[in-house]
Amino acid sequence: MSSENVERALQSDAPLTAAVHQRDVAKEAADTQGWNAAAVAGRSVTVNRPRAELYAFWRDFRNLAAFMENVESVTSRDEGTAHWVVRAPAGQTVEWDSVITEDVPAQVIAWESVEGADIKNSGRIEFRDAAPGRGAVVTAIIVYEPPGGDFGKLIAKLFQKEPKIQARRELRRFKQLMETGEISTSQAPDAAPRG
Amino acid sequence: MRALTWHGKHDVRMDTVPDPRLVNPRDAIIRITSTAICGSDLHLYDSYIPSMHRGDILGHEFMGEVVETGLKSTLQKGQRVVVPFVIACGKCFFCEKEQFSACDNSNPAEKADLSEVAYGYAMSGLFGYSHMTGGYAGGQAEYVRVPYSDVGPIVIPDGLEDEKVLFLSDILPTGWMAAENCEIEPGDTVAVWGCGPVGLFSIQSAFLMGAHRVIAIDHYPHRLELAKSMGAEIVNYHDVKVREALTEMTGGIGPDAVIDAVGMESHGFTIDNVLDAVTTTKLGTDRTHVLREVIMACRKGGRVSIPGVYGGMGDKIPIGALMQKGLQVRTGQTHVQRYLRPLLEMIGEGRIDTTFLISHRLPLEQAPEGYKMFKEQQNEVTKVVLKPEWQKDAA
Ligand SMILES: NC(=O)c1ccc[n+]([C@@H]2O[C@H](COP(=O)([O-])OP(=O)(O)OC[C@H]3O[C@@H](n4cnc5c(N)ncnc54)[C@H](O)[C@@H]3O)[C@@H](O)[C@H]2O)c1
Ligand SMILES: [Zn+2]
Ligand SMILES: [Zn+2]
Repeated sequence: MSSENVERALQSDAPLTAAVHQRDVAKEAADTQGWNAAAVAGRSVTVNRPRAELYAFWRDFRNLAAFMENVESVTSRDEGTAHWVVRAPAGQTVEWDSVITEDVPAQVIAWESVEGADIKNSGRIEFRDAAPGRGAVVTAIIVYEPPGGDFGKLIAKLFQKEPKIQARRELRRFKQLMETGEISTSQAPDAAPRG
Repeated sequence: MRALTWHGKHDVRMDTVPDPRLVNPRDAIIRITSTAICGSDLHLYDSYIPSMHRGDILGHEFMGEVVETGLKSTLQKGQRVVVPFVIACGKCFFCEKEQFSACDNSNPAEKADLSEVAYGYAMSGLFGYSHMTGGYAGGQAEYVRVPYSDVGPIVIPDGLEDEKVLFLSDILPTGWMAAENCEIEPGDTVAVWGCGPVGLFSIQSAFLMGAHRVIAIDHYPHRLELAKSMGAEIVNYHDVKVREALTEMTGGIGPDAVIDAVGMESHGFTIDNVLDAVTTTKLGTDRTHVLREVIMACRKGGRVSIPGVYGGMGDKIPIGALMQKGLQVRTGQTHVQRYLRPLLEMIGEGRIDTTFLISHRLPLEQAPEGYKMFKEQQNEVTKVVLKPEWQKDAA
């Protein structure tokens, strides 16, 4: 029961994250998941490294905290599952467990949160070769259910404010780390300007 | 340490701030021995560039001695280095193409949003030049942290004193790239607007690249005098109509290539200057007075080179003239790293001299006076070099 707007957007060779009618895209994502509502953020970045290397780094979920700003830790109790602890406003944290739903080496990793998650969410990372000699294109799509209630509103501030901005910053940091071995910063204590 | 900090329009001060420290493995800390004030700093001084914060340390033309190195820095303590104003990672697609000022990684992720919104894609990091280009502390200070120190800084051999090499950090490569962008052919006449440091080095470079003639345009007699001493013919736009002059001086053809070495703060009483005086705010309408003039003056099929800085939107660009005459436009922040080695060699061989430009040398402590002079007495003050080691009253 795809909306007409989404159908039409699919006729272009562009991802749905670029569709004009984002509300319809979000609604369809929610329907697919069986959620009340969904927020979708997607972004591609070209990284000047082989895709197998990028995949391998991402596949070890414990590495994600190195470049995801709000992620405090991701731990892995057994193969295919992960436990996420994410910083929320006012010193709180939100947590969930995830399972891997798709895993093709050097191509794709997808996961979704399991029953009991503070925020229901799913993610999908695709790795494709860029033009010869230009590394790989990494595309991330994150879908989550905006939580309700008072606590939910607080959380929404963090996640909903600009999920797109969050996604692009995190992919920039991932790219920096993979290409340069470090994450660019001008923060203190380097006597950079504060403020 | 002591550093020159920005506090608002025409308000820069010497402050005591925390010393920089190594943060990343490829960092180095440099003790500054010489640093200069640039025409680009005036855009900050005049509050033309948004995303400045109170307390930001300015300065992007500097050199000094390596005092600390991160684990992955290739520099060694004690080396003398000149540091490019462009911060580049050396590993991304753009750095591999030697388009260093387009580096995809040097602007911190949370700072890069601004230029992505303003320009479509995020720009590289620059030293001491607003938070849009990274919010990095600049080099008008006693010390500076240099990220990606294995890519940018060039080691200076003993025997070449600071003043001979300092301008490798920005204006010398900028003048060179401006001339290179003119794709000069034998017999060419190049017209250069602006006889500030960038314009003067463009003139010098254009001759080194084989220009037949260079025509320099400004209104400051002393700056025009310097242009003349380098072999350029001069036009003072206060006394002469520039376009008529250029057409006549080129036998009715027009200059083969034109260089806008002025940018968005062009002088003169044109309508846009008046408008701008009213509306100058954030990323506003740039004064495109000189840009319009270079496009109109350029010969058919000629080349337009724009080292002058623009930051916002341009109004009433003669797009018809650009298209109908089939002009080529080339511009950009300078890919400094690309030119360091060849230019250092030419300095060593005595083929390029940069010291003629320096009109004033001051202790760093007098940097605020330096800004005021450079802004208000452009005729006499062609370049101010600041010395952190000098005592306040030693000038
Ligand atoms: N592309 C780069 O990477 C890069 C690097 C350094 C500087 N710049 C830019 O280059 C420009 C020049 O820098 P600078 O240090 O020489 O600055 P400057 O301010 O010392 O010199 C500018 C000169 O232009 C002259 N001028 C003003 N209006 C004019 C007009 N209408 N016609 C002709 N001349 C006019 C001024 O009298 C002055 O002499 C600035 O915009 C600066 O930001 C760009
Ligand atoms: Zn400069
Ligand atoms: Zn780079």
